Amino acid sequence: MNFPENLKYTKEHEWVLLEGDTATVGITEFAQRELGDIVYVEIETVGQALNAGDVFGSVEAVKTVSDLYLPVGGKITEVNSGLSGAPESVNQDPYGSGWMIKMQVSNPADVETLLDAKAYEALVG
Amino acid sequence: MKNTPFTQQHIALGAKMAEFAGYNMPISYTGINDEHATVRNNAGVFDVSHMGEFILKGPKALDLIQRVTSNDAAKLTAGKAQYSCLPNEEGGIVDDLIVYCLEENASYMLVVNASNIEKDWNWISSHNTEGVEMHNISDKTALLAIQGPKAVEYMQELTDVDLVNLKYYTFAKGTFAGVDNVIISATGYTGSGGIEIYFEDKDGNAQKVWEEVFRIGGPKGLKPIGLGARDTLRLEKGFCLYGNDIDDATSPLEAGLGWITKFTKDFTAKDILEKQKAEGVQRKLVGIEMEDKGIPRHGYKLQDAEGREIGYVTSGTQAPSLGKAIAMAYVEKAFAGEGSEVWVSVRDKALKAVVVKMPFLK
Repeated sequence: MNFPENLKYTKEHEWVLLEGDTATVGITEFAQRELGDIVYVEIETVGQALNAGDVFGSVEAVKTVSDLYLPVGGKITEVNSGLSGAPESVNQDPYGSGWMIKMQVSNPADVETLLDAKAYEALVG
Repeated sequence: MKNTPFTQQHIALGAKMAEFAGYNMPISYTGINDEHATVRNNAGVFDVSHMGEFILKGPKALDLIQRVTSNDAAKLTAGKAQYSCLPNEEGGIVDDLIVYCLEENASYMLVVNASNIEKDWNWISSHNTEGVEMHNISDKTALLAIQGPKAVEYMQELTDVDLVNLKYYTFAKGTFAGVDNVIISATGYTGSGGIEIYFEDKDGNAQKVWEEVFRIGGPKGLKPIGLGARDTLRLEKGFCLYGNDIDDATSPLEAGLGWITKFTKDFTAKDILEKQKAEGVQRKLVGIEMEDKGIPRHGYKLQDAEGREIGYVTSGTQAPSLGKAIAMAYVEKAFAGEGSEVWVSVRDKALKAVVVKMPFLK
């Protein structure tokens, strides 16, 4: 499985790409495989400021549903609008077109405390 | 965790594996939607060797089957099979099963759910007061379901049994893929046609059959299918799953299984069920389709427009062939009519759904 080195990861199987104080968040290759065919992604928290670990949405797959947990505290600024028409992009391209939200991170240093690719791979391996 | 004769094949093919009813089973290979479409449009192979098989033999075998099952097994002649259930003393369901008549009035095979093998064996044994010879052949029986509109055509190459003219719920014994004494049955759990084959797992039979099935079917697009798609396929057709839609506390009449409940013979809880039929059931198993966006799942509550609880979802999924979310649910009889509006409590929201006629996929 693919876990890009430039991303940070959580135990709840989200990835984070930090650029300045803006983070892009999605779910990992491992997570999409475990969920199977994704039917839709429900995120209704745009504009909200949430804490790390708060639920910011959910992913519905054919057989199961899973909550999405915010990796670090901050304000959700954007949802990937492409997902409403093409939820399967989370399966096909979880680190690219399958990204889920962009957020303004309260404290960018928090991202450093997340797992790196090697540690995450060890977790799911 | 037990293995089936095909577990190593599933692992070698890269299937996502999980425990089901104590067996290490394939959940999916390429993805539920892809596998589902393969069965609806072409042909797919399910390893369902985890299912249980009992042989009941002797002059009193039919009498025992008649007493423990709800359908009328006396109608079966050799080569015919019948869907039925084992009612419990309270009118609930011990299990649902298929009764195969191997030899009229003399020899029968009961095919039961994997999760209920021990429970069913004990239940039937406890009613075996007249010395019927019983054999539990579950562990040595391999079972593959080859399902889909093309299944019969592809598999015909592997047997002399006339598959095309094998009618639904009949079976024949013959040679399949070079293996003798295979029961080839025109049954299945997908609603897309096809066969199920039962044979003894010995002398490498299972590997031989698996390889032959894929040698013939593989180039034509036949694929292995996991339990995930098995569930979406059966749900679109409104087939009950034991443990979800029916269980010890649901009656066959509530579950819409009146057609396999025959009051023309005596059986466990006949009186209770007959009374229930005369008075009408208080709740019914119905199909619902979502109108709002959301997927109803096992255990979610149903409400009326005022938010009062009126039932619960027993099985639900996004239906791959329909492109919408569907479910089976028990609801109070006042809400069981087609077109009735109900609300599914999906976490903190009440999402609108409507009662529809099953099967969902015609």
